[in-house]
Amino acid sequence: MVSKRSDGAESVVQAAAAPPPAPVAVKILVAGGFGVGKTTLVGAVSEIRPLQTEELLTDRGLGVDDTGGVERKTTTTVAMDFGRITIRPGLVLYLFGTPGQDRFWFMWDELSYGALGAVVLADTRRLTDSFPAVDYFENRGLPFVVGVNRFDDGFDYTSAEIREALDLGEGPPVVLCDARDRADGKEVLTTLMKHILAVHRARRRSTAPAL
Amino acid sequence: MTGPGAEWLDEEAGPIVRSYALTRGRARPATAEPFDMITIISTAARPRSGSPGIGPEHLDILEMCLYPQPVAEIAARMGLPLVVVRVLLGDLLHHRLITTTRPPPESALSKERLLKEVLDGLQAL
Repeated sequence: MVSKRSDGAESVVQAAAAPPPAPVAVKILVAGGFGVGKTTLVGAVSEIRPLQTEELLTDRGLGVDDTGGVERKTTTTVAMDFGRITIRPGLVLYLFGTPGQDRFWFMWDELSYGALGAVVLADTRRLTDSFPAVDYFENRGLPFVVGVNRFDDGFDYTSAEIREALDLGEGPPVVLCDARDRADGKEVLTTLMKHILAVHRARRRSTAPAL
Repeated sequence: MTGPGAEWLDEEAGPIVRSYALTRGRARPATAEPFDMITIISTAARPRSGSPGIGPEHLDILEMCLYPQPVAEIAARMGLPLVVVRVLLGDLLHHRLITTTRPPPESALSKERLLKEVLDGLQAL
């Protein structure tokens, strides 16, 4: 927008050069227990080194902290790591790692708002750590896949055994992966996108008006 | 730090005090825009010098968003908490110095096209 302005105009702004068009941004969440490799997975597929964004929280409304003996502060910082994948010029995918600690559940509502879907990263040595994330996404109706991060000293479960342990039913796919490996990370994400598409199509069919 | 009020500023307080000093104590943006993490911010205009209520951090954001950026990247690159960045963005929106872009509410068909595009893009990586 170029307009000629006479001297003494009252406007407090100056037009900037026409900015490049804003891209469409979409997001996928990477959830799971503390230390399961969420940031590692994000970093493996992201085109940038994962960035960190922080939210300041007051203690009010927070659940019981699991760090017994540590003096409570009145303000807490929750850090969220995220990465970026440019799908094409004008379409960008963001991957957000959810805060690992249980007491930051309410942050998940903000994070999952508008998300396409989620990856629940699981560690076979601590499978129960992934229950809360599985429950959360099931309750929200947000499509998700379970990525089983194969740690060297982890147990060698099959995906069927994982499915049964997490009580997943027929729905969400289970993918064995190494969160450090880019090809594996890509596999997890493409499996998720296929699942999201399938869920989307099924929902369309079930809500389509009868002819 | 010395001077009046110094007794309130220890190491622990430092970053918190700085954050809320930037927003002049405000914890909510001046506008109703929620500034979701992936809402894209574009600089629309530059302020005239000496515009009231526009500080260096506001100018940093305007500089950064000459190339449109999502809220999360602005916060990460400025090293400021989201709550603070949202207040600063609210000021800028109030002064009409930025525009915001959220993914438009789509029809089921265009959503399917979008999902397919993301899948194809990931497979092509």
